[in-house]
Amino acid sequence: MGSFILRRVLYMIPTVFLVSIVTFVIIQLPPGDYLDSLAAEMGEAGVDNTAVVEQLREQYGLGQPMYLQYWKWMTGILLEGDFGISFEKNVPVTDVIWDRLGWTFAISILTLIFIWIVALPIGIYSAVRKYSVGDYVATLFGFVGLAVPNFLLALVMMYVAFKYFGQSVGGLVSPEYLDQPWTWAKFTNLLQHIWMPVFVVGTSGAAALIRIMRANLLDELYRPYVVTARAKGMSEFQLLLRYPVRVALNPFISTIGWILPTLVSGEIIVAVVMNLPTTGPLLLRALLVQDMYLAGSLILIVSMLTVIGTLLSDVLLAWVDPRIRYQ
Amino acid sequence: MTSIDSASEVQAVESVKTPDLLGPWALMWRQFRRHKIAYFSLFIVGFVYVVALFGEFLSPADHLATNTRAPFAPPQGIHFLAPAEDGGSRFILHARGLKMEIDREAMRRHFVEDPEKLIPLGFFVKGHEYKLLWLIPTNRHFFGPKDPKQKVYFFGADRLGRDILSRIIMGTRISMSIGLVGVAVSLLVGVSLGGISGYYGGWIDNAIQRLIEFLRSIPTIPLWMGLAAAIPLDWPPLRTYFVVTLIVSMIGWTTLAREVRGKFLSLRHEDFVTAARLDGLSDWQVIRKHLVPSFASHIIASLTLAVPLMILAETSLSFLGIGLQPPIVSWGTLLKEAQNIRTIIEAPWLLIAPGAVIVTAVLALNFLGDGLRDAADPYAN
Repeated sequence: MGSFILRRVLYMIPTVFLVSIVTFVIIQLPPGDYLDSLAAEMGEAGVDNTAVVEQLREQYGLGQPMYLQYWKWMTGILLEGDFGISFEKNVPVTDVIWDRLGWTFAISILTLIFIWIVALPIGIYSAVRKYSVGDYVATLFGFVGLAVPNFLLALVMMYVAFKYFGQSVGGLVSPEYLDQPWTWAKFTNLLQHIWMPVFVVGTSGAAALIRIMRANLLDELYRPYVVTARAKGMSEFQLLLRYPVRVALNPFISTIGWILPTLVSGEIIVAVVMNLPTTGPLLLRALLVQDMYLAGSLILIVSMLTVIGTLLSDVLLAWVDPRIRYQ
Repeated sequence: MTSIDSASEVQAVESVKTPDLLGPWALMWRQFRRHKIAYFSLFIVGFVYVVALFGEFLSPADHLATNTRAPFAPPQGIHFLAPAEDGGSRFILHARGLKMEIDREAMRRHFVEDPEKLIPLGFFVKGHEYKLLWLIPTNRHFFGPKDPKQKVYFFGADRLGRDILSRIIMGTRISMSIGLVGVAVSLLVGVSLGGISGYYGGWIDNAIQRLIEFLRSIPTIPLWMGLAAAIPLDWPPLRTYFVVTLIVSMIGWTTLAREVRGKFLSLRHEDFVTAARLDGLSDWQVIRKHLVPSFASHIIASLTLAVPLMILAETSLSFLGIGLQPPIVSWGTLLKEAQNIRTIIEAPWLLIAPGAVIVTAVLALNFLGDGLRDAADPYAN
């Protein structure tokens, strides 16, 4: 087990390295940089600040070749934990991103739990009662869940919540709690809001997992070992959970690997629609105004956490299934 | 005796009917027809592409024409009976004109249907000029008000008074073609890289597989957002269109490459491939004549399943404002109009109509791909 984890961690290093390079190239792609737009704005205001802009450019190293800038950025992150500066807000990137990233991952993890709680029993049910009414409903839900884009579902839910339930929409807490310290009332208010993004982000994932669980379990249900156990007089429920579900669970666990990137992606776009205090709106804004270190740091950290999540799911899978460990 | 024997033999030969030999494609078609929903979806998808092709003919109004007198006009129904002069009712296909009313309490204008004002509707009516299939100049439209000066909004109007129905029809062309072009790019990249990976194996295979794993481990939306935000706003629409297509097809090819590689690996040591190679065919000929035909059906199925993913990707990017830009009309840019909750509450049709169209098209494509995948291997079972 130890050597397996070690091998996987070593595999991860080139991936993370590649992620950092790709991220940096992407944020460098737009022509010009933040200082160009700043200079243009100042020029419009009638202020000639060429000298100041040049000095800033020197200070941030924006005139240097790309590999030097990358080197500077990377060494800053690795040695001092310094992700650069947010040009627009004029504060270090680390000051603005951590609580937003925290919310993004809190919502992603909650969504993952939600998906599991929903998909596991429904998947088992629709495999055991194949072609029943419930199975057809689950299948239909699966297809519709995959066909509705996240942001569309978010808009529809906001509309319904506002129009028919009179709930305030957008954000994670009601406006009056925004800058309040954490109290019990604020926490319950949070719970009243957070289920909506969790539901919206989780629907398509749950739809996919129900189908996977159903297919996996159907492969196992008619195996001889199940018949043997039944012949020995085991109760049907116990039998189901002890043997076929356990085997069918393996491919199910390995799906965490790909479901995490989709959850993070979905969360980002839903956050823009629902105006959540997570990475989504911040990243969109940073990309639009070419606030490159902020955008780059967000993409980098989100991608890295996803890679780590995938690693965890691999380890979990190896722990559950010894066959993978010894390959 | 011998004569009787030979006679019965002749009879026996005649009574054994030669079995209908069906080729693999005919078998697949037969299998596909059994999947009822997929078969039905084939017609829906076909219909959507026909709409995309004959967009200008089918749209009742010019999708770019604004109308300052009808901002946020609600959808108008189609009516059949109108009161006649003799007190009875007569049959006439018509819509009712809109009357503006001012709600003094809320201080807002809104429109109501005016039963007095009749707008006769008809088929093959005259309207704005366009070129049918980019070739034939004409001004006939499939359905609309008989008087070209009248305006009817079957699905309502947006904030500039543009007809939503016409915009959805014209957006169909962009959105559906992005799926097709994107899939063509994925096909090219996926089949070449997957083929190289599976056919040669070794370090090339390893490198390509690591690249695919890497691409799949990055969350797509941040990556797409980063790339799409790099598109300058002043680019011509056509160039933006192609770059957005390239971006959304970037992830699609990985699935395809994996599938092709798996097929290559399993077929590489089949007898017919060895035989072809011993016959002196070059690598390229073996791939083209023997390997590709044997998994073409699987590729078609995965391609069909990739189209809806790309349509959704384009819609999401355009919705965020970093994909296609106005004046290009796509389903995503249409939904962008319905971005905040206040607009949706005032004009729900901005959300409902394009949303329903997207969900229908994506559902149909998913069902179609599902049916094709089931039918792709007619020799199974």
